[in-house]
Amino acid sequence: MFTPHTEEDKKIMLQKIGAANVRELLNQIPADLLYPQLHLPVALTEQALTRHMQMLAAKNKPLANFIGAGCEEHFIPAAVNALSGRGEFLTAYTPYQAEASQGTLQTIYEFQSCICALFDMDVCSASHYDGATAMAEAAAACLRVNNRCKILYSAGLHPHYKEVLKTYLKHTAGVQLEEVTLTNGTVDLAALEKQLTPDVSGFVVAGPNFLGQLEPLEDIAELVHKAGALLVSVAKPLALPLLHTPGQYGADFAVAEGQPLGNSMSFGGPGLGIFTCKKEFVRQVPGRIAGMAKDKNGKRSFVLTLQAREQHIRRERAASNICSNQALCALNAVIYMTLLGPEGLREVAELNLEKAHRLADLLKADGHKLKFDGYFFNEFVVELNAPAKQVIKKLAKKGIAAGYDLGEASKELKNCLLVCVTETKTEADLQDYVNALRGF
Amino acid sequence: MHNAENSKYAKTHEWAYLENGVVTVGISEYAQQEIGDIVFVDLPKTGTQVTAGQNCCVIESVKSASEIYAPVSGEIVEVNEAVNADPALVNRAAHGDGWLFKIKASKPEEYEALLDLKAYKETLDK
Repeated sequence: MFTPHTEEDKKIMLQKIGAANVRELLNQIPADLLYPQLHLPVALTEQALTRHMQMLAAKNKPLANFIGAGCEEHFIPAAVNALSGRGEFLTAYTPYQAEASQGTLQTIYEFQSCICALFDMDVCSASHYDGATAMAEAAAACLRVNNRCKILYSAGLHPHYKEVLKTYLKHTAGVQLEEVTLTNGTVDLAALEKQLTPDVSGFVVAGPNFLGQLEPLEDIAELVHKAGALLVSVAKPLALPLLHTPGQYGADFAVAEGQPLGNSMSFGGPGLGIFTCKKEFVRQVPGRIAGMAKDKNGKRSFVLTLQAREQHIRRERAASNICSNQALCALNAVIYMTLLGPEGLREVAELNLEKAHRLADLLKADGHKLKFDGYFFNEFVVELNAPAKQVIKKLAKKGIAAGYDLGEASKELKNCLLVCVTETKTEADLQDYVNALRGF
Repeated sequence: MHNAENSKYAKTHEWAYLENGVVTVGISEYAQQEIGDIVFVDLPKTGTQVTAGQNCCVIESVKSASEIYAPVSGEIVEVNEAVNADPALVNRAAHGDGWLFKIKASKPEEYEALLDLKAYKETLDK
């Protein structure tokens, strides 16, 4: 129930602080921005608005989607949204009052537990906005842990992740960022070894990387730890049932974009940032963590824990200014993971692997060239005879979203198409793709 | 052995006890009560150089994170590992076994400038 201030309350408060009116408190805001004229059109009725939205929606051309690049189409069982869409979950507030939020807190705790099991990591937070911010937070955590001043990052990170990393660390005094180049689509280990100087706090690497290639993460972990630095790995949750897990190869922090776990693409968001780490770093974890406790009657209960790290208590010395999580997206993810279970998740991973390799083989047989020859999961790069941008346009006319134009990331790759194949594609879809791409 | 009576105090509620050039530091009984149930002590690393008044340690309770300030300048030569395993020790024995760290004092005059128990108690009454 919302109980607003009365006019009397406001008068007393203004008097106490010595302001004439509320407007006076906003004097730092430039006048032209304070109450700008927005010139909005007249509001539509519900009927007119519905008609308008239907007209807009009708403009969408559903294409067979082969685009990955950080946002993937996966099949979401109906049970996921049926459960998470319930009012109790959908409209529940932030669980700051444990006594009123046991349901929410339990789902967060279960989400954390599932992710720890999937990643083989000790600690998982309640989630972050997206994979990119989770990664940037992990880099910031490295700096706090070992007090060194340089963060290395793989050139194979998603371009947006690189931007977010730079933005996050832009105002942290004394921090340097340095890129480690790729060779043939994966991290150049010789370069990495050279760049791992004693001032390096951590190395951020994605595996599979933005080009879809798997990385030699065991070797990377060894080099990084030998240099006394920490490893932040950006993983793909759906690939983990088939790969060595971050826990197995010794990641200190393992982060990921969790959207493929039961969350729709929704034109690029909201995302689901997954943040995990080794037990020794638990006090460096930003944001929320749900924990299991006992109430005064000895019954099992759930709480937000380790809150002394957060900014509402630690203020400017907090691990991060982040004090929120993506509760609904995490809920979709935990329902998805629970529904599928370890065996179901493995099946989804196998389907992704098989179908992506099936399409790659069909394309190669049809005369196309794969840009990189390393191992991949569900994404690979095709090198075309024309700019990817043009090919994408042509295939869209045939009802296919062909992939991501790598020319956006780098000029040298402008003829390269990043193709993603998930469990949603049938053999017929793959044949259509091959037919459509013929000649390019 | 240090206790409430024979220690000196900083206004920020740390007690200090000088012996053979080394100052043992902890928090006062008043401080441990105000802070509440302590769940974690972020001790400084041995070898760290500190200046008087500098934050060098953080005590986390269920409701807060309190900064602990070095009462004198010098080098951290020892920390109380026992509070890592048992943070509540600081609540139970704030002036005794719940000590936090020891500083090899570089400026002995800083120790003399600290408050005695009576003067410290007067700051609490305000």
